[in-house]
Amino acid sequence: MNIKHLLAAVAALAVAGGAIAAGADLGNTAKQATNWTAIAMFAIFVAGTLYITKWAASKTKTAADFYTAGGGITGFQNGLAIAGDYMSAASFLGISGLVFANGFDGLIFSIGWLVGWPIITFLMAERLRNLGKFTFADVASYRFAQTPVRTFAAISTLVVVAFYMIAQMVGAGQLIKVLFGMEYFYAEILVGVIMMMYVLFGGMTATTWVQIIKAVMLLGGATFMAVAVLIQFGFSPEALFTKATEVHSKKDAIMAPGALIKDPISAISVGMALMFGTAGLPHILMRFFTVPNAKEARKSVAWATTWIGYFYILTFIIGFGAITNLIPNPGEYYVGGEIAKGLKGGGNMAAVHLANAVGGNLFLGFISAVAFATILAVVAGLTLSGASAVSHDLYASVWRHGNVDSATELKWSKGATVALGILAMALGIAFEKENVAYMVMLAFTVACSGNFPVLFMSVLWKNCTTRGVVVGGSVGLLLAVVLTIGSASVWEAVMGNPKGSAWFPFNSAAIFSMTAAFFTIWLVSILDNSDQAKKERALYPAQQLRSETGLGAAGASGH
Amino acid sequence: MQNVLDRVTANPKFLEFVAMRNRYSIIMTIISAAAYYGFILLVAYNREFLATKLGPGMTTSIGVPLGVGVIVFTIILTWIYVRRANGEFDETNEAIIREAQK
Repeated sequence: MNIKHLLAAVAALAVAGGAIAAGADLGNTAKQATNWTAIAMFAIFVAGTLYITKWAASKTKTAADFYTAGGGITGFQNGLAIAGDYMSAASFLGISGLVFANGFDGLIFSIGWLVGWPIITFLMAERLRNLGKFTFADVASYRFAQTPVRTFAAISTLVVVAFYMIAQMVGAGQLIKVLFGMEYFYAEILVGVIMMMYVLFGGMTATTWVQIIKAVMLLGGATFMAVAVLIQFGFSPEALFTKATEVHSKKDAIMAPGALIKDPISAISVGMALMFGTAGLPHILMRFFTVPNAKEARKSVAWATTWIGYFYILTFIIGFGAITNLIPNPGEYYVGGEIAKGLKGGGNMAAVHLANAVGGNLFLGFISAVAFATILAVVAGLTLSGASAVSHDLYASVWRHGNVDSATELKWSKGATVALGILAMALGIAFEKENVAYMVMLAFTVACSGNFPVLFMSVLWKNCTTRGVVVGGSVGLLLAVVLTIGSASVWEAVMGNPKGSAWFPFNSAAIFSMTAAFFTIWLVSILDNSDQAKKERALYPAQQLRSETGLGAAGASGH
Repeated sequence: MQNVLDRVTANPKFLEFVAMRNRYSIIMTIISAAAYYGFILLVAYNREFLATKLGPGMTTSIGVPLGVGVIVFTIILTWIYVRRANGEFDETNEAIIREAQK
């Protein structure tokens, strides 16, 4: 994929009003020469994390250890792990690539990905911790009929995990070609097998530490690059921007908004998906059960927000640093030494080439290894949350009605992990040639239309009932998927229908699907006069007491 | 447990406290949403403003400190809430529970 294609793709999406929704795609890449430094660095990372997994395995004896690391993670550690879960390779390479191509637009894009965090802090974190134990379904089904609510929550979790996972697995395959110079297929096997070892043997403890190590490496590497860039300009952003506008083909336009937002409804809708979808991502929600109490849960989000925000500021500097360092040296970084032919490896490689420019071959290897390790860690987190939905919600709660011992539940968790790992590899291989740009956004849209309204209403609205959340959540989930399929970015760009034939005119479904979910939950609940509904309303004060005060909440060891 | 539950929920201070804290959460949510949507609406409707230079002869546009400002503001807002919730709110909370357990 060369820069012209990238720009054409960005422009096409911007016309549809939605480059904002598509930047998290790594695109199709061409295989590069084998990079042994990067492969060696990655091997060291894998060896180190597998050693930690061995230690974690000795601590993973019960289902509670598997799901929540025994609840003994501190707020600061969990904050780093959440940041690790959230800072994907696509956001590192994609956002810095977007800044490299368009300047200011990259900043607008990254701000959108941060706005979900205050919402989690203000509305969700402590209530989740107080009501839940292992999965977010524990919270949603607290006073409701277990079978229908947990079945819905598990399906919704698996849908979100599947879309998010496909995007990551395809991204891994594309990245391994440019970063390591290896075949796509190897990436699927490598990521699938190593990730399974983390989750299978080390459960949440290993997954958490893999996330923490990766977050520290990514933040450290990005900080080094940003500082190296700023040193070149005597720490004057003004000097950096001046040089960038001199060398960039778009000149001064890179300092102002470009074509990112054309259609305000789509922009608002994308904003809603990011804002409330983050508060409905099962692998993120699950992290709140790894800390001992509500205080630490709050600290986790504050730290996570801090690291993620800091990271986005760094990617902005890195993108501009790439402009000033790469464009004046086309011989080294561009295909055939010609700017018109695009960056070697594609437009998303801006940060990787900058690593070489400021830190030489060794640092290039380090950043490549970090970028690939990032995907590995995110996939591990996704698999763990999917496996928990299967073993804790579907198997232990729905099928066995809670009458199951910890050892059996743990066996099911591990079985589900293997099944999901194989599924992830198969999907990654099946989707190699497909356009998966929309999938992360679809995962966010489903999360904000299915999981978030269900959680929000069940925890905060007294008159909410089982019927309300199951019907309303299902409406949100279905609408999110169906409307996204009908939008131009899937109907035309993926399914190959003629241009202009998309029957859903906006780029993001969230504004409609999330509103519909809330409305349906409200309507079905107030019309529900069954005995079950009366019982559920009567249980609200007890639930409220626990969610607001933490009285009776599952403790760190009592998990 | 049932006793504690009845006493806490019967305590007007508890409901008042919950209502106050919920109001605070919602106000903070609105402020952070307003900061984000305010910025997005500027991008959609007033590009010229964001493109305005910080000073004569400068390259840096107003959009840059404003955009970085939204990120920093979001982080600060989160810490303000967490400090208050972990301090003042938790103390009130514990006092109400202690009172009920007597």
